[in-house]
Amino acid sequence: MKAAIVIFPGSNRDRDMAVAIRQSFGNYPIIIWHKETEIPKVDLIVIPGGFSYGDHLRSGAISALSPVMRTVEMQARKGVPVLGVCNGFQILTETGILPGILMRNIELKFVCKTIRLKVENSSGIFTAGYTSGQILSLPVAHNDGSYFADNDTLNRLEDRDQVAFRYIRTEGVLFGNPNGSMRDIAGIYNDNKTVLGLMPHPENAIYPFNGKADGQIFFDNLVSSL
Amino acid sequence: MIVDTVITEDVVSRHGLTQEEYKVIINILGRKPNLNELGIFSVMWSEHCSYKSSKRWLKTLETKASHVIQGPGENAGVIDIGGGIAVVFKIESHNHPSFIDPYQGAATGVGGILRDIFTMGARPIANLNALRFGDPQHSKTRHLLSGVVAGIGGYSNCVGVPTVAGEVNFHPSYNDNILVNTMTVGITTTDRIFYSAAAGPGNPVVYVGAKTGRDGIHGATMASKEFDKNSEDSRPTVQVGDPFTEKLLLEACLELMERECIIAIQDMGAAGLTSASLEMADKGSVGIELDLDRVPVRELRMSTYEIMLSESQERMLMIMRWESVDKAQEIFKKWELDFAIIGSVTETGRLVLKKDGTVQCDIPIRRLVGEAPEYNRPYLPILSPSVIAAADVPAPQFSLGEVLVKLISCPDTASRRWIWEQYDHLVMGCTMIKPGEADSGVIRINDTQRCLAVTVDSTPRYCLADPKIGSAQAVVETWRNIIAVGATPLGVTNNLNFGNPQNPTIMGQMVGCIKGMGEACKALDYPIVSGNVSLYNETNGNAILPTPVVGGVGVIDNCSKIVTSALRNVGDTLLALGQPANRKDGWLGSSLYLREIEGREEGAPPPIDFVAEKQAGNLVRNLIAENTISACHDVSDGGLLVSIAEMALVLKVFGVDIVTPEDILVHAWGFGEDQGRYIVATSSPMKVIEAALSASVPAAVVGVVNKSGMLTLNGEIIITVKELSYQYEKWLPGYMSYKN
Repeated sequence: MKAAIVIFPGSNRDRDMAVAIRQSFGNYPIIIWHKETEIPKVDLIVIPGGFSYGDHLRSGAISALSPVMRTVEMQARKGVPVLGVCNGFQILTETGILPGILMRNIELKFVCKTIRLKVENSSGIFTAGYTSGQILSLPVAHNDGSYFADNDTLNRLEDRDQVAFRYIRTEGVLFGNPNGSMRDIAGIYNDNKTVLGLMPHPENAIYPFNGKADGQIFFDNLVSSL
Repeated sequence: MIVDTVITEDVVSRHGLTQEEYKVIINILGRKPNLNELGIFSVMWSEHCSYKSSKRWLKTLETKASHVIQGPGENAGVIDIGGGIAVVFKIESHNHPSFIDPYQGAATGVGGILRDIFTMGARPIANLNALRFGDPQHSKTRHLLSGVVAGIGGYSNCVGVPTVAGEVNFHPSYNDNILVNTMTVGITTTDRIFYSAAAGPGNPVVYVGAKTGRDGIHGATMASKEFDKNSEDSRPTVQVGDPFTEKLLLEACLELMERECIIAIQDMGAAGLTSASLEMADKGSVGIELDLDRVPVRELRMSTYEIMLSESQERMLMIMRWESVDKAQEIFKKWELDFAIIGSVTETGRLVLKKDGTVQCDIPIRRLVGEAPEYNRPYLPILSPSVIAAADVPAPQFSLGEVLVKLISCPDTASRRWIWEQYDHLVMGCTMIKPGEADSGVIRINDTQRCLAVTVDSTPRYCLADPKIGSAQAVVETWRNIIAVGATPLGVTNNLNFGNPQNPTIMGQMVGCIKGMGEACKALDYPIVSGNVSLYNETNGNAILPTPVVGGVGVIDNCSKIVTSALRNVGDTLLALGQPANRKDGWLGSSLYLREIEGREEGAPPPIDFVAEKQAGNLVRNLIAENTISACHDVSDGGLLVSIAEMALVLKVFGVDIVTPEDILVHAWGFGEDQGRYIVATSSPMKVIEAALSASVPAAVVGVVNKSGMLTLNGEIIITVKELSYQYEKWLPGYMSYKN
């Protein structure tokens, strides 16, 4: 089981991701600089969180033009699993590997908090270890996390079970849609459910003390489903 | 600006220099300075850079201990925490710029302190901040608060360093002079610490990072003046930050530091290229010659004066060996940053600046530094006001529940969630205790079981009443905050914020505060390793409350031994350690209760007994290490009842059945602010009582955790935790959205 993490200037959750992957996979991922045009054969490609290119222009927009993203796109088309978290999700939508876009949070503020998420379906490789409807606690930390797409796209995502996670709107500190995402979408799959983009950070919930350990379960699940 | 500008008295005074200081400059140079030289002397001799009013008092502080690797005088302090790991930390102010431009002022404050830490070779792993704003009803407060918080978040979040702890207070004395103090903690190994002393004549002086622009010129001089009604015109002296460049600079510097390339390194902060080159040369007893035509600039036709005094951000100066240059350049190219050799180290001991083929500045460095003014400013010792007896404070007109709501939801104590949810407190993945959970933030050191506990504190109302006790209390409170999560306190950084030192009363506040701080640090073996002084925090003669902010760092060897303030187990007994079981009242002088309920800001603050503090602290730390207690919180603003309520408010699930001795003065017992106390939750109360007895620490049972979610006092309901939580959480977001 081997993973690669792609790093851009301004990525800042790459170490967190590497530590989480090592904890579950038992080995440290390969680190790929964004100017590379080749990615060795791996079981998982991860695009981590951060502020690549300082979010200049639009978050993820400049990184989407980096040489490595052509390779990621090709590998994704071949079926290599790709995970984009936070800025990684933004980059995946900016390249068009995933539909829609992540807009400025509805309150126009950065938001960092632990929230409750519902697993919408457990048919894709990243959610196979869960049961549909299962509830997780994971942190979010972003400025631009409000998922937006036109109604046709949203309907298609729902019809094809491509919505992986949704925020839960219920009373209480841990509940609620933190960014105004349409239809409370927190994470989506591509058509064949090999690419997942999500705003919450499983890599920041891997110790029992650090939020709940629901993040560790996320990576542990990958070991059996990949 | 042209070099041959005539230096008149007016030019001198506009540079913030006195005529006496100007005479010394002429003496040092043996001639009149040109405008470049005057500008350089002006920033180096500004209060901000020279500490001319505070230096003689700062020298009295306790700065040494066996674990201190580097005390004050470098970019940051360094302590050895064992196992080959060194912790590098410092706090710094960005008060004046943040008032003029809250977003950029606060953002560049974070940028500056981050650079101080990674300049020393350490990777920053935690940010903290201590903020002071004016009266919430003042027309500017919302604007300043939202701008500062967004600026701090905007910068730290992007660089990717978690903001894990902080404090915020409001008081009308800060209406026109807010305080933004930011602290960074970093780690490195004890064999890889970088210093700023230049060495090796002939070695190249290398400039890296962002280009130099016309921003922030004379920022240090601005920060050394009182404000008046025209201060907003100084907006151009506020620097503009780019956290993305900072992140690249951080990674590039740390990558370079893994190779043996750097002889000396210094960030360009206040007074930019001027202070960086002068400090490096002075520390290494060498000279520096710079060719300013080689400095990367982002605007055309910048003069020597502008290049030397610009405070453009995200820049570093390094001395390296010629043979390392290619390797270093490659790294900076990878990170897409400027890299330029702009001069060399010389044997002359002089700062020589060349531009357009001519010498435009020639200053003997040792004399500029050595003969910098140092003042023994007159001061009035501040006498402690009289003690207010608890019995003389009337019982409240409201129910206990109403008083508790008022105290827990007043601007100084209400939940700060609105603020810290805008800070990424989780990035780097090592945050073990988040904001709002305990007295200190706790971060794990990657790849180890060890953690650092970090905190900042100051109680200005105590300092106003009695500077010596007040600042000692700030030290002691950080010490308790660190103990309360299970850590061993190791060192302190301080940020002394005061008004105009030429006013003997303000000077008296500063002298008193430094004395109190020194005594406390000495008594607790808690050395001060770095710090900053910010004076002239006053507008039209109205000074801020004396605000000596203390940042503390402690270490925990085993991350499974941490406790928070959260009440987790129904049936746990709450004990107040440091509280005599038969005590029937409490210290109300200068308390939150007196201010919020009685509307009085008066009376001597609570005294501090260092021996008792140490006994209680050691006891608590041992109890945590033995897993005897499940939660701990120190007693501070608002006394016992507010502390107990805060513990219930972390999880907002369980309540507490509070018990008291008989015949007490409820408001004094409940809200008195006697020092040296902790509330602990335990399932083995007898064990705790016995341990307290043998440690000579008084202990009182004050309650039992219940599952009803009620706070009760001797069987009578005070309020539900749900209602209290609603009030506690509602103030700040309501205030920021103009609902209250």
